[in-house]
Parts: sequence; C-alpha cells; structure tokens
Amino acid sequence: METRVNYKNELNLMATELRLGLPGSDDKPSIRNNKRNSPDISEDYSSSKSSSSITMPGDDDQDSPPPAKEQVVGWPPIRSYRRNCIQNTKKNKGEGTGMYVKVSMDGAPYLRKIDLRVYKSYPQLLKALETMFKLTIGEYSEREGYNGSDYAPTYEDKDGDWMLVGDVPWEMFVCCCKRLRIMKGSEARGIV
Amino acid sequence: MGSSELKRSKDSVSSDESARRSSFPDEVLERVLSLLKPHRDRSSVSLVCKDWYNAERWSRTHVFIGNCYSVSPEIVARRFPRIRSVTLKGKPRFSDFNLVPENWGADIHSWLVVFAAKYPFLEELRLKRMAISDESLEFLAISFPNFKALSLLSCDGFSTNGLAAIATHCKNLTELDIQENGVYDKGGSWLSCFPESFTSLEVLNFANLTSDINFDALEKLVGRCKSMRVLKLNRSVSLEQLQRLLVNAPRLAELGTGSFSQELTIREYEELESTLSNCKIMHTLSGLWDAKGIYLPTLYPACSNLTFLNLSYAALQSVELAKLLAHCPRLKRLWVLDTVEDKGLEAVGLNCPLLEELRVFPADPFDDEIVHGVTEAGFLAVSFGCPRLHYVLYFCRQMTNAAVATIVQNCPDFTHFRLCIMNPGQPDYLTNEPMDEAFGAVVKTCTKLQRLSVSGLLTDLTFEYIGRYAKNLETLSVAFAGRSDWGMQCVLGGCPKLRKLEIRDCPFGNAALLSGLEKYESMRSLWMSACNVTMNGCRLLAREMPRLNVEVMKEDGSDDTQAYKVYVYRSIAGPRRDAPPSVLTL
Repeated sequence: METRVNYKNELNLMATELRLGLPGSDDKPSIRNNKRNSPDISEDYSSSKSSSSITMPGDDDQDSPPPAKEQVVGWPPIRSYRRNCIQNTKKNKGEGTGMYVKVSMDGAPYLRKIDLRVYKSYPQLLKALETMFKLTIGEYSEREGYNGSDYAPTYEDKDGDWMLVGDVPWEMFVCCCKRLRIMKGSEARGIV
Repeated sequence: MGSSELKRSKDSVSSDESARRSSFPDEVLERVLSLLKPHRDRSSVSLVCKDWYNAERWSRTHVFIGNCYSVSPEIVARRFPRIRSVTLKGKPRFSDFNLVPENWGADIHSWLVVFAAKYPFLEELRLKRMAISDESLEFLAISFPNFKALSLLSCDGFSTNGLAAIATHCKNLTELDIQENGVYDKGGSWLSCFPESFTSLEVLNFANLTSDINFDALEKLVGRCKSMRVLKLNRSVSLEQLQRLLVNAPRLAELGTGSFSQELTIREYEELESTLSNCKIMHTLSGLWDAKGIYLPTLYPACSNLTFLNLSYAALQSVELAKLLAHCPRLKRLWVLDTVEDKGLEAVGLNCPLLEELRVFPADPFDDEIVHGVTEAGFLAVSFGCPRLHYVLYFCRQMTNAAVATIVQNCPDFTHFRLCIMNPGQPDYLTNEPMDEAFGAVVKTCTKLQRLSVSGLLTDLTFEYIGRYAKNLETLSVAFAGRSDWGMQCVLGGCPKLRKLEIRDCPFGNAALLSGLEKYESMRSLWMSACNVTMNGCRLLAREMPRLNVEVMKEDGSDDTQAYKVYVYRSIAGPRRDAPPSVLTL
C-alpha cells in the first residue's frame, strides 16, 4: 500500500507540476535533441524556451533552469576566435578594474577612496565628494575656479603636479588623475 | 613545339574540319590564356577542346581548390605542371562554430609533400580551415626556396614555433598573414627570427596572436622593410609603440593598430596625431582594441582615403562612431560591434553614401538579459542612406518582415544577405508572424543574390520562395527553420546555381536529402546536422551516387540509426583515407 502511494505521489507530482509547454511535449530547451518536434511545438519553441526558467525545481528533466542559448553549440554563428576575444574583453572589463583613487581632505583623520569610473561628469563627481565629506564645493568657473567656497578639489596628475579639478575634458581627467585632494581655506583661495 | 606545328600543318592540308581548328601555335594560345586570371573562366576555357585544355593547364600558375578532399594533390600536380600559387580550403564552414570534431582532417601535410616534389618553385600558399602543424610549417619553410606568401585563415594545429620556422628560413618572404586562427601562442620571440639581412616583407598580419611580442625586433623589422604596405599588430602593442612604428612606415596602405587605450600625455597624444596625419594613403584600418573615445580624434586626418574600416574589436558608442565617420567620406566597407546601436547606424546612413558592405557583430551574443545592440531600425537607416549596399552581415535581436521588405527596396543590389536574428525561431516581433515574407522579399527583389543566410521563425514558404526566385544563389545557410521535407526539396529543385548548402537543426529528413541526388554532383558540398536524416538514408545516397563522398560524424551516445552530422561532397579522389574513427564514410 505504501509503495503504491509513493509511486502514485511521484506521478502526481509530475502531473501537477506547473509547465507552460504543450501537454506531452518535452520541455528540453537543448537543441541538440535530434528529433525535431512537430510544427506546433517548434512555433512554441521561443515561448517554451523562456518558460523553462519557470518550471518548478525538482523537475526530473532539468536540475536548474538553463539559459537555453548557451546550450546551443555554435550559436549564434560567431567564429571561435571572435568569441574568445569577446570573453577576454569581458574579463578585462570585469569587477576589480575600477579606477579607484584616494581622496584626502585637509583636516580629516583618514582618507577615502572612490571609483572614478562610476561617474560620467564633473558635476556627478563633485556631488559625490560633497556628500562624502559633508561640505559644499560650489560651482566651477574657468576664470575663478571654485570661488565662493572654502574648498577646492584638486588632483595629482601623471606628471606629479597638483591641478584644479575641472580644467580638462572629463575623459582626459579620468585617465590622468592619480589622487584627489580637497584643499581648504586660504590655501584653496590661493590657487585661484 | 616543332613537331606539333608540323602535325598541325599536315592536318590543315588534309580536311575541311581541320580548318576549323585553332590555326595559331600553342605558344600563342598559352600566352593569351596566361592573361586569364579568374579560375572559373579558366575552367570554362579548358572545356572548349583538347588543345585549349592543354594550353590552359600549361599556362596556369594559380590553382584554387575549394574543398581539399574533392581532388588529390597527385591529380592536381599531374594536370597543372606549372603552379606557383595554391589556395586550399578544408573543413566545412560550420567548423568555425565548433560543430566539426577536432581531428576531422584537412591536414595540409600530404599536399606539401607532393608540392615539394612537383612544385619546388612554389611561391604562395593560402589556406582556409586547414589543419597545419609546426612540423608542416617547418617543412614548408625549408622545401621552397622561392616561397613568398603565406596566408592562414581560420586554420589550427600550429604554434608560434611554426611561425618562427617561417621567419627563419623564408628568405624571400613578402607576405605573412595570420588571421583568426587557433594558434597556440607561446610568445613573441618568433619575430626575432627574421634575420638582420631580411628586408622583403610587404605584408605582416599577426593581429590574431595574443601574447606580448618582442617589440624591439618588430621595430627593427618594420624599419628595414621599406616596402611594407600592410601591417596589422596585435593587442599587446600599445599606442606609444604604434606611434614609433608608424614613424618608420608612413606609406602603409593597411594598418591594424594594437590596443588603442594607453594613458597618454598631451605631448604623446599630439605626436600620435601628427604621425597618423602622415598616413595619407591608408585605405584600410582595423584593430583599435579597447579603443577609448578620446583617442579616436588622432585618427581623423588618416581617414580621408579610408575605404575599409574594421571596428569589430572596438566597443564604440554611437556618438564616437558618428564623429569618426564624419571623417570617412569614401568608406565602402564597415565592420562594427552592435555597441554602436541604431543611433550609430543612423550615422552610417548619413555619412557613408558610398558604402557597399556592412557587418554588425554582437558584443554580447550570449547575454539574454540585457536588451541592447541593433534592431531593424538601424538596418533601415543604413539602407536609406547607402543605396550601393550589396553585402550585409547583421546580428540582431529583433526584426520585422516590413523592415526587410523596405531595406531591399532601398538596396536591390544585394549579392550577400546574411541576417542573424540571434534567438532561434523568433518571429516578426511586431506581427508575431514567421519571417517568411522578409526572405521572400529578399529573393524576389535581389536578383543578383549569391549568398543567403536565413534566421528567425521560418516555415516551408521561405524555401518555396528561395527555390522559385533565387536563380543566382550559390550559398545558402539555414538554421532552426522549416517545417517539413518540402522546404529543402524546394531549394534543391529550384536554385540552379547552388553550390554550398549548409543546414542545422531543421526538420528535413531522408526524403529531402534524397531529392537532391543529381544536384549534389553540381555542388561543392552539403552539410546537414541535427536534422532528421537517418543512416539508411545516407547509405542509399552513397549507393546511388558513387562519385559523392557521404560522411557521417557520429556523436557519442547518440542513436545509431540517426545520422547526426552529414557532410556530402563531390570528389574525383574517391573516399578519403585519413578520416578519424568518429567519421564514417559510406
């Protein structure tokens, strides 16, 4: 009696399983299956493929919802060489290659670090600095720098010189900036 | 020559018929024919009569073999005694996408052995999808004292040691072109193997290699090869190094930069800009790995004569591309990554009225989540601005029938139309209908179409259209398409010029396979994988058509009655003897 119940339970599990493919259709997203399905099913192919990620765990057919595309050998048709280049580029661009620079502020007990790549423009960077150090830096002007504020953001460039933030185009700044320093008070005003 | 002239004069005296024979001597005929270059014309010429066949074979210096197994090296050497240049293609094209087993064949060595004996003065060898080992490269380097040009595209089996052998021994080398191969890169010391006295190199392309190269050796090499016109560097060469190389090679016609993203000082930037502005005759530019937008302006002055721009390794944004293209008015061929998006392609349409070829590659082909890349809008924009467009390779995530119909109306001269909607079996995203009408429009409108790759959700109707209208079609690639045997039968019954048919994951079975019995002998090859063809079907084909080689590649663990991968090709060399155990010749 017990064994029969267990067997039945197993069957029931499958019968009550939520699947979005056609009844009786194999939900296999892998296209290496030789037997091509009937037209109806191949039409549903794209929808059943996305549904495979909705199937309940514990499904006998698949242990984890596989991203169907990656199971298809040789698709999309891109030469292995190019495929490897793409993967290498992704590795190089991945986590850990941010542009972290130290930020010091006069009078602060310790330094901070920010990732310059996160920002797309000077206003964004300055806002972040203002928030981080709880101060106001004010507006940049070519003629007067950050006049009207007690603070001036500066950076050390590749040649070792201390420059005022904002003079060069943003992308060039990101490449040249080695560290930031927020100058305060008379020293700051002295720069202008 | 004397005796044949005598024979001819005797004959012309004897009968009327002989008056119709060519009345000029063989030498003249050979001389005339030696000016004929295209190999198809030469084949036609050789069929005219026996005299012409002989004159042609004696005057031919370049032989093109589209399938290395269709003929044996001995047969080639017997027919063409004076060859100095050989082009050979090996594996089926789907080997580029890992569908062909590793040890399948197409090894060059047996050819080299025959060539060493029969063509000791061989000068050029161009290989595509062949297997070539370091030993073979070394053998090549020492067997042919006049060797000038080696080009390897999509080949594998060799390492940089083989390149070192070429550099060491080929004293007259003018061309070393290594493209998109599976090279085992053991480091850049091979460049130092070119002797100090070596100055003849005109073409050097090692963009394929990944490791650091010996820059000192490269700089010296470029410095002493004054005739260098093509230089394609690999990613390890920095911007600063590029600038140093270019100072010595301002007359480059084709340049492949290395990595375009080093941090430069203002002075270095200006130097680079100035050096590049001297490269006025440059017509082809590629490389530009990791290109940073701020350095692209250094290229602007060098782009005025550019006809081919290959940005397929530079993930540019639309604005960066637009700014660059504004300086490339003469552009005819453009390859980009889909990071430029539709906006970038709009810029193409606006700036490149002379464009003939466009290839858009996917930057993230395996990432479903992020929706980016190009759509039908980008393709449309290009078609409106570039009426001369005749070659397209387009990877996208969505397309509509209406868009394709408009595109081919704008550009009716397509000869190569390769559209890849990356999600298999995807319908028109607006109407949800199959993409049949799109490809129907292509074949109806583009009467010059030679090559077609289809994708998206397709019924047999697509293939009815192809069979009915694509009268000049030579190459057809099909994947995840069709409903029944009828589809393939339409193509085999319809396209009179079909030479290559490659099919994967389609519901075509034995009836379809066998409907092309007579057709396959006029074709180069047929590939079918993951279809419904059985071993019995293949055996029947092999039995009926003895001049075809029918090869089945077995998959481990698959059903023995199914023919999982089938490769059929015509051959005068008979079944090949170097097939690995996983490949059955029927």
